Amino acid sequence: MAEFDVATAAVQAALDAGARYADARVMHRRYESMSARNGEIESLIQDESAGIGVRALVGSGWGFYAVPDLSESAARAAGERAARIAAASGRVAGPGSSLLPVPASTGSWSSPCAVDPLSVPLSEKGDLLARATGTSREHGADQAEGLYQIWDTRKWFVSSEGHRIDQHIRESGAGISATVIGDGETQRRSYPSCRGQYGSQGWELVDSLDLTAHAARIAEEARELVTAPLCPAGETTLILGSEQMALQIHESVGHAIELDRILGWEAAFAGTSWLDLDQLGALRYGSELMNVTIDPTIPGALGSFGFDDEGTPAAKRDAVREGRWVGTLAGRDSAAIAGLDYAGSVRSDGWARLPMVRMTNVGLEPGPHTLDEIIAATDDGVLMDLNRSWSIDDKRLNFQFGCEIGWEVKNGRRGRMLRNPTYTGIGPQFWRSMDMLSSETVAWGTPNCGKGQPGQIGHTGHPAAPARFTNVRVGVRG
Amino acid sequence: MTSPLDLAGRVVELVRQVAGPGAEAEVGTEYAELALTRFANSFIHQNIAEAATTVRLRLHLDGRTATGSSTVVSGEGVRDLVERTVAAVRHCPPDPGWPGLTAPTTIDGSGNWDEATAAAGPEQRAERVREFVETAGGLEAAGYCRTGQRAGAFANTAGHSVTGRSTEAAMDGIARCGGADGMARLGSFRLADLAGGILGARAAVKARAGVAPVELPPGRYEVVLEPTAVADLLQNLSTHGFNGKAYNEQRSFAVPGTEQFDRSVTLVDDALAGPALPFDAEGTGRAPVALVEHGITRTVAHDRRTAAEAGTTSTGHAVPGGAVTGAVPLHLGLAPAGSPNGVTRPGEVSGPVVDADSAALVAQVRRGLLVTDLWYTRVLDPRSLVVTGLTRNGVWLIEDGEVAAAVQNFRFTQSYPQALAPGAVLGIGRHPVLQSQTFSSAWWSALPLRLASWNFTGGASG
Repeated sequence: MAEFDVATAAVQAALDAGARYADARVMHRRYESMSARNGEIESLIQDESAGIGVRALVGSGWGFYAVPDLSESAARAAGERAARIAAASGRVAGPGSSLLPVPASTGSWSSPCAVDPLSVPLSEKGDLLARATGTSREHGADQAEGLYQIWDTRKWFVSSEGHRIDQHIRESGAGISATVIGDGETQRRSYPSCRGQYGSQGWELVDSLDLTAHAARIAEEARELVTAPLCPAGETTLILGSEQMALQIHESVGHAIELDRILGWEAAFAGTSWLDLDQLGALRYGSELMNVTIDPTIPGALGSFGFDDEGTPAAKRDAVREGRWVGTLAGRDSAAIAGLDYAGSVRSDGWARLPMVRMTNVGLEPGPHTLDEIIAATDDGVLMDLNRSWSIDDKRLNFQFGCEIGWEVKNGRRGRMLRNPTYTGIGPQFWRSMDMLSSETVAWGTPNCGKGQPGQIGHTGHPAAPARFTNVRVGVRG
Repeated sequence: MTSPLDLAGRVVELVRQVAGPGAEAEVGTEYAELALTRFANSFIHQNIAEAATTVRLRLHLDGRTATGSSTVVSGEGVRDLVERTVAAVRHCPPDPGWPGLTAPTTIDGSGNWDEATAAAGPEQRAERVREFVETAGGLEAAGYCRTGQRAGAFANTAGHSVTGRSTEAAMDGIARCGGADGMARLGSFRLADLAGGILGARAAVKARAGVAPVELPPGRYEVVLEPTAVADLLQNLSTHGFNGKAYNEQRSFAVPGTEQFDRSVTLVDDALAGPALPFDAEGTGRAPVALVEHGITRTVAHDRRTAAEAGTTSTGHAVPGGAVTGAVPLHLGLAPAGSPNGVTRPGEVSGPVVDADSAALVAQVRRGLLVTDLWYTRVLDPRSLVVTGLTRNGVWLIEDGEVAAAVQNFRFTQSYPQALAPGAVLGIGRHPVLQSQTFSSAWWSALPLRLASWNFTGGASG
């Protein structure tokens, strides 16, 4: 039975069982990853997953049921079960649920892909990781690790309102790291980022990274870090590289503007947000250099798609404009409650998971400077890059991040290397202190954004460039 | 429906057909029904369930190893998995660390199973949510109630096969009052053990006791960590410290045979005590493993590969994907101080200290902090296990054995082994509380702890 027919059968069964709205996604995903250590392949994993997830609205209660069986009978049973679960939700009912009215979209979409990543021979992929990690090992790494991951996802979406959409999204990425065991601690350097670089692209993305060319450098830097001086503790001017900026955006802007958090739907787990909808359009989030967009249309970025998992077409939107908070990441149900006229940011990490508000590509628009100009304009400060640890409170205000590497900046020059650099702050105070921003933007991909119960792993993108912040507390340690 | 054991046997046979008699293969199959009812703003807003069978195959052929899994378990789907994995293994480099297959053995037990929990539907979960919301007494409530059942099997080409099943249930919720959140969390293999009304009342009393918090300066404070906070210590010690792969790679603090913890600390991983299958991902039977006895680190958790590297035997802690993540003790528990007095649940007390176990520790503190929960903890360095994170769901100042005031949340940066080091543990509770991670196979058996010092490095203002 064709996938659209399976989804349609499930939706009809939910309607027959009393739902006033239903949608269904059939998904098929192949996943492949390979990891290497010290010049040897450590693990090769190839997974396949296929199934259908059905969402039903009965009265004001939602229900969701998922099975890996794509027969018509199983799909109909899943639709009926989703409606039964939705009816049970009515036992502890809230205010009436509604969905933001949208035109019923139909269409197809595929991510750009020059080289099908699953067609690249495993031997070639393995050679790449083995060569890169072997080189790191030869240049001083105690543990040299490499990893690539590939997701090939096809999905078919049908709703009771007439949506009928299919998408084919291929995502690829890779990275390497070098760890040196010191006296009571470890030091690590990674390339191109702490998790690698990922995008909605084919193997051409991995080829472009040229992992082996950076393998020796990261090992040598990790060894140098072991004996480098500690990052000094105190308040100073902080310059962040673009990779760490991507995480800063992700944690202290991206999650904070998720409408489900703002509405309290994640209060018991992921948390809420310091943002109040009454302040939308008026609140000063950061300095006037701060322009953040929600843009799932960026070609090849990891958070890109043609339609979200409620069938809303991808569209670019402002989240912060000249430092003022102006937009959220929303879904059709949350938008209706909040009185907003847009949705488009709902996704799930597989057929078995409920679609929920997720980041797409949330990024900072480029500024007028370069990193060299920022360093040259700084008399006394610290430059940090590549994330090593991240922690932020449940309102997305109080953060502390650790980076792999830091450098002193004195009299406009990058100086000696610093180990264990950390910085901490409160989101809006921090963003309001941003006084220089580079134009050197990279659309970093984050393949491991956790949210929801049961947990879902989201793939998000974050265009980011180096930036400077004033009066930041650095050098926090235990 | 094909049983997990029959399915595992079918895959083993297919491997023999496709890859020949020289192939070494291990197959894990699991049928799981998992359901979760979430509530927020005092009503059910997300309500989900899933049922799926997953097959995992690890194949070693001609000295090379590859792994695959699939939820497509039709005849065609299973054959595709086998053929794909056989094709993949031929492209892999030699695997000199292959530890071989688990030999045929019998295992203890078949898992903890409760028929009523297995049969529970959305109506039963919704009823517990209703009780939680009602006893929160008008406070805004949020959280979840979940139930699940798993039936698993393992078979390998060495002739070893095992099977088991388990049920699980958990409830976790908060009540919200004037900007303060109070929480309650409990897990079991029986839904009947979870009383939504009691948990809702606990959350509410803590929330009400948390309003109008004062801000205290960061610094080192004596603390009483409630079981919900202690679960975070167990999780990080498990993942980063007692992980056999991390130990082999010198990324762990663990030094077996060394007194690394206070003499009052005994840590035992015991999967058989909670909701878990009685064997690991390599078919090794699970049994209680003492990782720390009276402060002395005894061992770390091993699967067959990490054990072979370390020159020892598997402790039954193989997990899917363990070649990358390592062997992790996912059922770690802190042993109680003395016997639990024959009481299975600590008595209820009023105020922010909701159980008699924690109250007894609070009463011993001249000046310190009572901490309910830790949040967003991340490791700054795995070897020293310095962790940063925040307090959540309630902090109170203790003065002269009494709760004196609610306190705003702190950020902390603290080495977990140092917090439990010799002389640092001033008291341990007597009644373990089982807690789970959502839809995860990890369960922690935690007790309240009184610690001499905890390093708070930031306050609500930064």
